[in-house]
Amino acid sequence: MSRVQRIALSMAAPVLALVVAGIVTTVVLLMAGEDAALFWETILSVPESRNIVNILNSGSVLYLSGLAAAIGFRMNLFNIGVEGQYRVATFCAALFAAQAWLPGYANTFATLLVGMLAGAAWAGIAGLLKVTRGVSEVISTIMLNAIAVSLIAYLLRETGSRQGQTIVTDPIPEGSRVGGIALFSDSQTEVYGLIVVAIAAGIVFWFLINRTVFGFNLRATGMSESAAVASGVNVKRMTLYAMLMSGALAGLIGMPNLFGESYNFGSTIQSGIGFAGIAVALLGRNNPIGVAFGALIFAFLNEQANPLGILAGISPDIILITQGAVVLSVVIAYEVVRRYRQRLEQGAVADALDRQGSGGAVGGGAAGGAGGTIEEGAGA
Amino acid sequence: MSVSSNAPGLSDKRLPTPSQSRGVSGFLASVPRIWIYLSVLLLALSLTRVITGADQITSVGTLRAALISAMPIALAGLGGLWSERAGVVNIGLEGMMILGTLGAGYYGFNYGVWAGLIGAAVFGAVGGLLHALSTVIFGVDHIVSGVAINIIALGASGFLAEAMFTGLEGGGPTQSPSFDRAPSLTVPFVSDAAGDVAAKGWFLVSDLAGVVGAVTTGLSSYTIIAVGLFLLTAWVLWRTSFGLRLRSCGESPQAAETLGVNVYLYKFIAVTISGALAGAGGAYLATVSSSGYQSGQTLGFGYIGLAAMIFGNWRPSGLFLGALLFGYANAARLRDGGDSVHALVFMVGVALVLLLAYQLWKRRWLAAGLAGFGALLALTVYFGTERVPSDFTEMTPYIATLLVLALASQSLRMPAADGQTYRRGSAG
Repeated sequence: MSRVQRIALSMAAPVLALVVAGIVTTVVLLMAGEDAALFWETILSVPESRNIVNILNSGSVLYLSGLAAAIGFRMNLFNIGVEGQYRVATFCAALFAAQAWLPGYANTFATLLVGMLAGAAWAGIAGLLKVTRGVSEVISTIMLNAIAVSLIAYLLRETGSRQGQTIVTDPIPEGSRVGGIALFSDSQTEVYGLIVVAIAAGIVFWFLINRTVFGFNLRATGMSESAAVASGVNVKRMTLYAMLMSGALAGLIGMPNLFGESYNFGSTIQSGIGFAGIAVALLGRNNPIGVAFGALIFAFLNEQANPLGILAGISPDIILITQGAVVLSVVIAYEVVRRYRQRLEQGAVADALDRQGSGGAVGGGAAGGAGGTIEEGAGA
Repeated sequence: MSVSSNAPGLSDKRLPTPSQSRGVSGFLASVPRIWIYLSVLLLALSLTRVITGADQITSVGTLRAALISAMPIALAGLGGLWSERAGVVNIGLEGMMILGTLGAGYYGFNYGVWAGLIGAAVFGAVGGLLHALSTVIFGVDHIVSGVAINIIALGASGFLAEAMFTGLEGGGPTQSPSFDRAPSLTVPFVSDAAGDVAAKGWFLVSDLAGVVGAVTTGLSSYTIIAVGLFLLTAWVLWRTSFGLRLRSCGESPQAAETLGVNVYLYKFIAVTISGALAGAGGAYLATVSSSGYQSGQTLGFGYIGLAAMIFGNWRPSGLFLGALLFGYANAARLRDGGDSVHALVFMVGVALVLLLAYQLWKRRWLAAGLAGFGALLALTVYFGTERVPSDFTEMTPYIATLLVLALASQSLRMPAADGQTYRRGSAG
């Protein structure tokens, strides 16, 4: 198969998914009697500078969330607990940073570590339960999400102070805050300074997964546990490590916002990022570049959907339907494309064997059955 | 009827019955075991009540609330059971439950309570069909599909609720107008008598009266229907050839296919029924637990239902027991949460001390250490605090789920081909 064909096929699935999700959304809108044309006009309108800044900001947050989910997916682990881990980690980080035991940027750096440790610890509970007691990580992480909400609410009430309607932790000292990057001259809003953390996380992720022995073992365990065991991988330890790393990445999710905009942890902290991260990871097929694209697309959809309520009278919840439809159609599309690619290869092998001469009929069928490409990543 | 003594191993003994019996007769035969568990639990609760003075933990009100909390969990778990017995993991139960609450809210308000139940089941079944389509036809990973359906259901319910209920009196984007509840049943003399005895505070007698009062006071017809669905499931899955074929799809779809079973069809049917049952659970939430659709009503009960199913070893009887357990944990925190949960912490602490003694006797040091640590934690919390703060009582059902899964997961067996993607023609 030619290189062009290969690239076209890899792009086919996400494009197909987005198209299908678009169709589903339009159908739902029409069934509810809303103006679908106005919806698309709003969504596809050219974003202004401040919209672009917002997209980059929420995109970086979604990117970290997607990476956290992606590490788990590579190992066939479903870390649905990103939501809880992010909450726990951001709270601990905000609390630590406000104490200012270290000066200036040393405090910032230490806080990042604290956030990662806290997230890893919360995820580690689910990981431990899985390796020692065989508890499904799907259910345990979801339970831990719910527990985290109540636990952090309690701790916030004990350690925080009232600010209007909400309770917040003490603010981070001035010296530790990270300034923003002003991308556009005609906009007040700035891109979070800690977007570099997101980019760095992506690079580290890529290097770890693709260029280290550990990453190889991780991918192997995800693809075939028995093969990994046969080559000496300790699956239980891998599972625990994967969950810890996933939690550590989840811990970083709140950092760009904490140091760039809010400077404290409040009861109005954004929720739903965990699930969005799972969707983004699936859209991006669990590799760092794909997840980046996925994050930007989701951030774009979210940002463009904001004025829907005012401009078109459509509830912004429709975007959740779009996002869910994207997730489902992406995995279905990957599967459909995979089967199509497999049939193409079977045909190509059969042709090649026919050209070789007789006996091709038997060889073609057998070889076709065995010839599937090695697919990256878990999921579909 | 005697069997020939030539047959090796059989002589004239009856064929050995499986150690864990199945089906309705199995259900009835295992009832003595369930009654034993429930009796032990009642005894423990009674002792705890007398020792700690937390009067509410076995009151008629709390036990009634426990039953009401348990039924949605039980129905969701039953849905999970149908699906997993056919080999499809259904994480999307939560989403299908949400769709069910929406359907119940809409149809219940417009056409009455029973239309609400049917509408909820239909809405849930749509979610189930979607899950079946992606997992059976397209071979998508079951958990991914389930998570996607949860996201879609969340968005769909928010969006559709706004479209359906805004402008109606008592309704809005996050709730439906309320409607009449399903008829409930109160056994006149027994209910009053039980209530009186329960209030007396006598050891064990009052607690038993609490149980009697709970099932005879205001018992919703929905609950009776739900219990009927349980019995129906047990009969269909373990006593009919349809059920046998369905279960075989979950244990070994390859073997089933070689025998001519249409595996895809059975999986489809199972997952659709699964969605319908989860939708019915949602209907229960919207009609018995509250009086209409409310955003965020499900509170993770779909997942807790899955946990109940795992706890019940993929059998209806165990599932029901698990649901009662989780329902009780939820009810204890809802009614007089601080004191009741406080007393339950004591009970858990004592149970862990007993477990510690048992593990020491069996010389399992690590397990004993963990049990000891847990006991210490629980008893420190109990003696160190007067009441459990409300934030922590909120966590009770979720911690209960974790604890139950952590303690019970090892000795359970899921259907052998559960979660595996099956492709037609892959049987060699």
